[in-house]
Amino acid sequence: MRLKPVAGILLRQFYLIRGSPVRALPMFAWVAIDIVVWGFITRYLNSMAAGRFNYVPSLLGAVLMWDFFSRIMQGVSTAFLEDVWSRNFLNLFATPLTIAEYILGLVITSVGTSAVGLAVMLVLATAVFGLSFLSLGALLVPFLLVLFGFGIALGILASALVLRLGPASEWLVWPLPALLSPFVGVFYPLATLPRWMQDIGRLLPPSYVFEGLRAVLAGRPVSAQSLTVGAVIAVLDILLAGYFFTRVFRYAIRTGLLARYSAESAA
Amino acid sequence: MYVHPPDHRADAADSDPGSGAGRPRTGAVLSVSGLHKRYPGIVAVDEVSFEVHRREVVGLLGPNGAGKTTTLNMILGVLSPTAGSVRIGGIDLAQQRARALAQANFSAVYAALPGNLTVAQNLRFFGLVYGIPGLRRRVGELLHEFDLERLRNTKCGVLSSGEQTRVALAKAVLNRPRLLLLDEPTASLDPAAAQTIRARIRALAADAGCGILWTSHNMYEVEEVCDRVLFLSHGRILLEGDPRRLPREHGAATLEELFIRLAREPLAQPLERAG
Repeated sequence: MRLKPVAGILLRQFYLIRGSPVRALPMFAWVAIDIVVWGFITRYLNSMAAGRFNYVPSLLGAVLMWDFFSRIMQGVSTAFLEDVWSRNFLNLFATPLTIAEYILGLVITSVGTSAVGLAVMLVLATAVFGLSFLSLGALLVPFLLVLFGFGIALGILASALVLRLGPASEWLVWPLPALLSPFVGVFYPLATLPRWMQDIGRLLPPSYVFEGLRAVLAGRPVSAQSLTVGAVIAVLDILLAGYFFTRVFRYAIRTGLLARYSAESAA
Repeated sequence: MYVHPPDHRADAADSDPGSGAGRPRTGAVLSVSGLHKRYPGIVAVDEVSFEVHRREVVGLLGPNGAGKTTTLNMILGVLSPTAGSVRIGGIDLAQQRARALAQANFSAVYAALPGNLTVAQNLRFFGLVYGIPGLRRRVGELLHEFDLERLRNTKCGVLSSGEQTRVALAKAVLNRPRLLLLDEPTASLDPAAAQTIRARIRALAADAGCGILWTSHNMYEVEEVCDRVLFLSHGRILLEGDPRRLPREHGAATLEELFIRLAREPLAQPLERAG
């Protein structure tokens, strides 16, 4: 793998974000709104609970982590969609650029954009609503890494779907996190769900993170084995998503789909 | 003259002392052999074989739907052939895609550069993707060479057709390609701008020594620029030769007249040589 082409993908995204406030705004605006809305909800719930339970870490902490995951996923797919929107596939893939270099460029872009969102969320949640996220200590690292890994995998999968199904399928990308959220127990234990939903939830790495988060807040030990399972599934998901993207890319090359993304005619 | 068997065409062109407008042939930068593309119910490209040599400009001509763009897409690696091979600078595209494509570049009217980046940003972006050493200097050279300095900070989406063509050509020569593919590079340009572009492209072949494969529907332009032409129809090469001599050899007054005859010719019908 060569670093210059990866840097090229990054530089292009940097130019786009720097040159357009419309692109920069979503990096922090939506997550900030989420934190504000959920911050006030938790404040209201705390007043109802009259000190018997603190909703800030369980609800606001969960929202923050879920938004981080969603930003990672959308960071990858939005960077990919920039090439769809500017009809750039022919220019891009008629170069020595490899799929691995391209995807790595998208992933690093997503790391940068979602880091901005994470920082804004942490500042808001801590300063305004008193969330002490750092009290999670060293566990914060594996929690965020597992979410990061699965966000990357889902972003690559969403990009592959758009490549396979065409530009009009872009709308599939945005609701994907919401589609998964009932299964991963963002706000409730997996045990709350019917058996079939629990089974699906166990296949999704964020389930292990949110179960772990609730365990910490309840003062119970976090199962290292459980977190490891989540991490392994996340890594497997990244590999599977990369494989799926490569298969779709090869299909697009074989059938002329890639050429038709830009060219008026493939024949 | 009649249609050459596919596997003889490249050899025939090489050995023809008259073709290439007298320019010396030195090494094939592109070798296309038995290229075939089949879609369900249609053969888009049928056993096409040809070569492009250093300093040679080869015109790929044919009516709409003849298979020109499909052929270019297969050479660019964005469409895989059903059969056949493409070698760029001697490197097999299917086996070593990145190495082969590092030696080529292209410009096409339907593949505009991202309009939301400026001229300089686009050149830097693609320069990194191609892994160009000394990129800052190279971008500066190209901005000067293609008269783009005053437009360096202008977004490509707001440029005129002529300016966009110049940017696309600057991008196409960023990596000093051994093979340059140009799909209707002067389409939508006024005659003066088209003449300037043609002169630049001819200079590229002569000075930089790259081989150029060029598609155009402008037969005047083809006669002016191309050393050799390949007539493609229904996915097959029907005729090949010097664009300045072919019309006379086939009893046509002009290249355009010959083009029209060939476009209307039943598939693979041999053409009688005049006289």
